[in-house]
Amino acid sequence: MHELPVTQSVLDLAVQYGEQANATLVTDLYLVIGQLSSIVDDSIQFYWDMLAENTICEGATLHFERLPAILDCQECGTEYTLERELKLCPTCQSNNVVVRQGEEFRLDSIEIQREQETVP
Amino acid sequence: MTVKIPVVQKILSANDKLAEENREILENAGVFGINLMASPGAGKTSLIEQTLPLLTTTFRVAVVDGDIATSIDADRAAAAGAVAVQVNTGGECHLDAVMLYNALRELDLTKIDLLIVENVGNLVCPANFQLGTHKNVLIASIPEGDDKPYKYPGMYRGVDALVINKIDLLPYIPFKMDYFRKGVELLNPGLETFPVSCQTQEGIDAWVGWIRSLIKK
Repeated sequence: MHELPVTQSVLDLAVQYGEQANATLVTDLYLVIGQLSSIVDDSIQFYWDMLAENTICEGATLHFERLPAILDCQECGTEYTLERELKLCPTCQSNNVVVRQGEEFRLDSIEIQREQETVP
Repeated sequence: MTVKIPVVQKILSANDKLAEENREILENAGVFGINLMASPGAGKTSLIEQTLPLLTTTFRVAVVDGDIATSIDADRAAAAGAVAVQVNTGGECHLDAVMLYNALRELDLTKIDLLIVENVGNLVCPANFQLGTHKNVLIASIPEGDDKPYKYPGMYRGVDALVINKIDLLPYIPFKMDYFRKGVELLNPGLETFPVSCQTQEGIDAWVGWIRSLIKK
């Protein structure tokens, strides 16, 4: 359910950066979502179409890059990726691990169009 | 022709920024803030009811209660001796920094030492929305099952302390404490943990002692 305010935040950021760059249109957004960040991209897409209407982002395409969770074992140094659920270090079964990647939730970049400058 | 513009911003940076402002407001007023999060029925309000009488002898306490509708929880907090503010989120599944900011304006912070925020009952969303409180606390309860850290890693990652409520039910429910704690340790190594029962009051003293140690007076 919280994808609605989340989507609003995405839109606010895109509009802000688009306007700063004198965009007439934002055509693409590149989002990075870590596996552990509990964000559902389908829901963001759903709200996006409603929220982006009548802004410079109307019709923009959302691109999602999903990052898997990568953990570092502090005991034996093993680096491992989570498939689905949480698990202990596969090498030494330790639970002394640090999440290195997987909690990201950011807007990396946008693609924009500007007014064609007419050459006199 | 399209141009690529780098952004590289956390999507909830606007919320995070306002959360920082909330923190400053609390700091300037000398108020210590705790954000209590849990699934519905884990015992947020019950824990507050048990905690308040032990704190209000020394500290002036306010409770901000987040709920989708109704003021049942705020009424219970008020009955237990706190100044209570109800925030109805109108369908939103969590409190965010804006809601807390507005709630703070309803309180005379100069007359408060401790602010307890009771978040909306939910084990997913509140983790993503910083409020600006000094400590984030999660309440787990035995009947929820021992697999919750594995299923809701986000909540367990972001907290500073964990209360395990309803331990009086342990004899009746197949809850493997070892398995539960392993998951917690995996997500949040060394997390401060308080097993309690709001029914028998077991463990409440340790929890209240922790809060006392945090408040500068």
